[in-house]
Formats: sequence, structure tokens, C-alpha cells
Amino acid sequence: MNRQARKYFFIPYTLWLGFFVFIPMALIVYQSFFNIQGEFTLENFITYFTSSTYLSMTLNSIVFALLITVFTFLISYPTAYFLTQAKNKQLWLLLLILPTWINILLKAYAFIGLLSQDGSINEFLAFVGIGRQQLLFTNLSFLFVATYIEIPFMILPIFNAIDEISPSYISASKDLGANQWETFRRIIFPLSMSGVRSGVQAVFIPSLSLFMLTRLIGGNRVITLGTAIEQHFLVTQNWGMGSTIGVVLIVAMFITMRITREKKKGRHKE
Amino acid sequence: MKKLTGLLIVVLLAVVGLYIGSIQLDRSQGITGNNTLNLYNWGDYIDPDLLTQFEEETGYHVVYETFDSNEAMYTKVQQGGTAYDLAVPSEYMVERMRDEELLIEIDHSKIEGLDHLVPKFLDQPFDPDNQYSIPYFWGTLGIVYNENLVDGDEMNTWADLWDPQYEESILLIDGAREVIGLALQKNGYSLNSTSDAELAVATKDLNALADNVKAVVADEIKMYMIQEEAAIAVTFSGEAADMMWENEAIKYILPEEGSNLWFDNFVIPQTAQNIDAAYAFINFMLDPEIAAQNADYIGYSTPNQSAMELLPEETIADEQFYPGEEKIGNLEVYEDLGPKYLGIYNDLFLEFKMQ
Repeated sequence: MNRQARKYFFIPYTLWLGFFVFIPMALIVYQSFFNIQGEFTLENFITYFTSSTYLSMTLNSIVFALLITVFTFLISYPTAYFLTQAKNKQLWLLLLILPTWINILLKAYAFIGLLSQDGSINEFLAFVGIGRQQLLFTNLSFLFVATYIEIPFMILPIFNAIDEISPSYISASKDLGANQWETFRRIIFPLSMSGVRSGVQAVFIPSLSLFMLTRLIGGNRVITLGTAIEQHFLVTQNWGMGSTIGVVLIVAMFITMRITREKKKGRHKE
Repeated sequence: MKKLTGLLIVVLLAVVGLYIGSIQLDRSQGITGNNTLNLYNWGDYIDPDLLTQFEEETGYHVVYETFDSNEAMYTKVQQGGTAYDLAVPSEYMVERMRDEELLIEIDHSKIEGLDHLVPKFLDQPFDPDNQYSIPYFWGTLGIVYNENLVDGDEMNTWADLWDPQYEESILLIDGAREVIGLALQKNGYSLNSTSDAELAVATKDLNALADNVKAVVADEIKMYMIQEEAAIAVTFSGEAADMMWENEAIKYILPEEGSNLWFDNFVIPQTAQNIDAAYAFINFMLDPEIAAQNADYIGYSTPNQSAMELLPEETIADEQFYPGEEKIGNLEVYEDLGPKYLGIYNDLFLEFKMQ
């Protein structure tokens, strides 16, 4: 294929990136410099970084996002690992992905049913003699549901990464006298790090701004940056402040990408 | 690859088929741009039978879209790209939309049946002479409680919510004006207060209330109260009527300090394409029999005097939903606070939620 023709193939991608990635991001950054009276100012950023409300909200969001990511990882890694060993792995994978086809709102409502005072979980607790607990509107239930929802997004990349490891590496490791654990620790885990990174990126960033779950499951007792953005765009109509929080999230995304990026140590690169 | 192409073709064919089907269906029902009414209303805020009846009587086809907050509705109308012929904002939003020239003035010569409405609900400060809006429903904000869980004699005022015995048992409506407003009224201030000192007192009180609050939610309050997930909630009168219908232990009270009186009103946005249909619908809804049927279905209070006469005796006699003169005097209507104080209210509310 000649160079000329190849150029044309890039047009759709360039347009897509331009219209749906760069222009919206530029607009958010641009908006964040305007206060509610429409004057150009740094006021929003000053407000953000000097207000204890926003700062503690940011801290809150980060702590929750971290916890969600850690729990998701702890559940997903073993699952992904055993999946690659399973017989009908594609079928099992499909079963794990199936819940993502169901709308998140429906899932949230299903959890309300499970966690409520008369829900199945409380029925069970009462049956075994522990007694009914307040489950809904607690930090724990929020973490639980958020983790559940994010799990497929962590399993998939990890599964792919482990699945791609050539079996000859593992055989070689065993031939050289490594036991199961050593093979896992020295071969499989390091080679699956790329999947872990993608998984962390796919879970951490969205978790920073989960806002529907904070209301439905957390009863607004859990507040994340997403809640504040929603409120600024819809209620106060203070788009500048909303965009400022958006900019903070974009920066957080870059930082996360930076931390989790692949370290180039000069050795082989794909 | 072949499989993928095959799948793609099947999906495309299905899309084209559905599209043609929907056009055919619309045509067979005689729906074209000219006889459609785009109604933008709150969710579950009209008796669906009435929409069918309206379609049969007038030949207009109704496209019913819903919103869940005044602000969401405002944003959509203001951003353009929509063709709503009729919307139903609350009073302070009517004021704001009028000031921003988002509304078309109502031609009163085309309105029939305005004389059915209670005179004191017309010509309100938010829209003098009803130049831009026609009241649809009105109601109050109050306290809902379950009498199996709460002693009704101990629940008469906003201040009663602060009672330590209600730890972790109150559901609050997720609205800055409502929640800060109740704290202001508890202290005897106006719920439209723009005094920083008064707001500081109210915020301090609210933070003390946080221990009693179980959650700050919206439409879900109805479900939770019916299922007895919570004992007490702060919500709107019409929501309360629905709950009482489902669960007999639920009671609604208007706090003695006073409360919020609100109106939802028909307005014609600047984006309207079919103004005749909008007038036809307003007139249809002003008809006493229609209004009575609707009020009976929705449970909010109708501003239609003639319709009230058609409603069951016990509905009208209920002081909590149709308060007498003396109680109505205690109620305050929200005024548009302007962007600065709206921002302050919201920041205070956000701070409260973070407690």
C-alpha cells in the first residue's frame, strides 16, 4: 500500500480523537477558568485547593477508589489465574462477563433489595442468630457493590495477560527445578503485570467518580468527586467549578497512568 | 473474519428493519410532526389514561418525556436541540426561565377554564398575572413517619427531627433548598434567607442533625418508607400520599414552624414547535373532571376549585394536604436566590452530606 493511500486511513481516527477526546478535554480545561459570572479567573482552582470540603472529598474519593481497586484485584487475580487453568475457559469467561450486559442501575436496585432490612442477607443473618443489621447506606455495602461491579474489568485484562504466557516458559521453569510457587512468583506474576496495570487503570479512575452508587447504595453518606460534579452541572449550574473538578480528575488519570506504566528496562519490549 | 462480517450484516439489517418498521408504525397511526405534542414532565406525574383520552379527543399524538429535577429540565431546554411544546417547572424555575427569555408568553384568549382555579393560587409573585405559567399541582414539604415506629404525638415540628431517639432513622430528600430550608425554618428564619448569619446558624444545626440521618436520597424514599426500611422521612406531600396509599401506618404532617409551598406549572418553552397542541393540552387539563381524575391518581393537591368539589370528601377535608387558611399563611414559596446564593446553599449542603 502506498503512503498516500495510507494517509487517508488515518482521517477517521484523527477526526474521532479530535472530536471526542481532544476538543472535549480542551473545553473542560477552558471552562474551568471561568467563574459563575463568566469572568476569566483562577478562582475555581483557588477555591478547590483551599476549601477543606473539596480537599477532604478528594481524599475520600481516593481512599475509596484505592480500596475498591485493591479488593477487586485480590478477587480478580486468583479468579483469572484459575480461569486460565480451567477446561472450558471461554465458557467460564463468558459467564463472568455476562453480568456486565445488565445495566448498572438495575444491578444497583437488585442490591438494594438484597441489602435492605427485609432483604435476603438480613433474613439469613436473622436466621443464623446474628440478627438484622443496617447494611444499606454503609461504607461497607458501598465498597462491596462497587467491587462487584468493577470485577469483570479487572479479570479480563489479567486473564488475557496470563493466557498469553507461553507454556514453554512454565515448563522451562519446572525443568530447572522451580516449584509451583516459585514458578508463579518469578514467571507468571511478572509476565502478567501488563494485565494488572490495565486492570488497575480500568478500575481506579472510574471509581474516583462513581456517583450513582454513592446515592443508591451509599445513601449520599459516601461522597465522591462525581457527586460534586453532578451537583455543579445540574443544580448550581456552576459549570466552571464542575469543570475544575473534572480537570483534577483528568490530572489524577495521568498520574495513575504514569505510575502504572510499563517500565522500560532496556530488555525485550513487545 | 467471515463470521464477523456476517454478524455485522445481520445487525445492520436488523437496524434498518426496525427503523423502517417504526416509520411505518408511526405513519399508520397518523403521526407526523404537525400533530405531535412533546410534553416534558416529571416522572409519574400524570394519569396515563388521560394521555390516551387526550389523544382520542383531539387527534394529537403525545410524546411524553420525563425529567427528575428542575435543573435537569432547565439545562436541556436552555441547551436547545429539543422541541418540547410544554414543560412543567416549579415556581422558582419559572421565574428563572422567564428572566432568561426561555419561555413564550401565554395568550390568555386561547386558555379556557382559568376561572376554575383557586384565585389565591393565581397571580403569584413568581409570575404576576400568570403571563408565562398555569398552575398544574401544588403541595408542601413535610415529615412522613411510620406510626408503628414513631409516636405521632412527638412529631409536630421540624425541631422534633433533632430528637436523639431518632438516631440513624431519617431519610432526607436530596435537595439543597429543601434541607437547608427546613433548618432555617426551624430557627424561625425565612427559607429564602440570604443572610450569612442565619445560614451559619442553620448549617450548625444541620451538622448536629447528621447523626439522625440515615440517608439523603430522592425517589427511593417512597420505596423505603413503604417497606419500613426507615421510620421518618422529609419529603413532598404528593410522595407522602402515595406512601399512605400503600402502607396505612404512614402519616404526613406539616411542621408547625411552617414549610415550603410549591407550585408546578405548565409553561411553553421557546423551543416549542406546536403551540396549538400546547394550548389544547393546557385547556384539557384545566377541565374540572379531568383535573379531579388526575389529582385522585397522583395524590398531589390540585389548584382547581371546581375539581376539588368533585374529589372525595375525605381528600379535601385532609388538613395535611389541603391546609386551611391559617396554615397556608405559614407556608413560604421559594424565590430564585440568584447564582451566588444558590451556590452557597449548595456548598453548605455538600458540606452537610460529607459529615
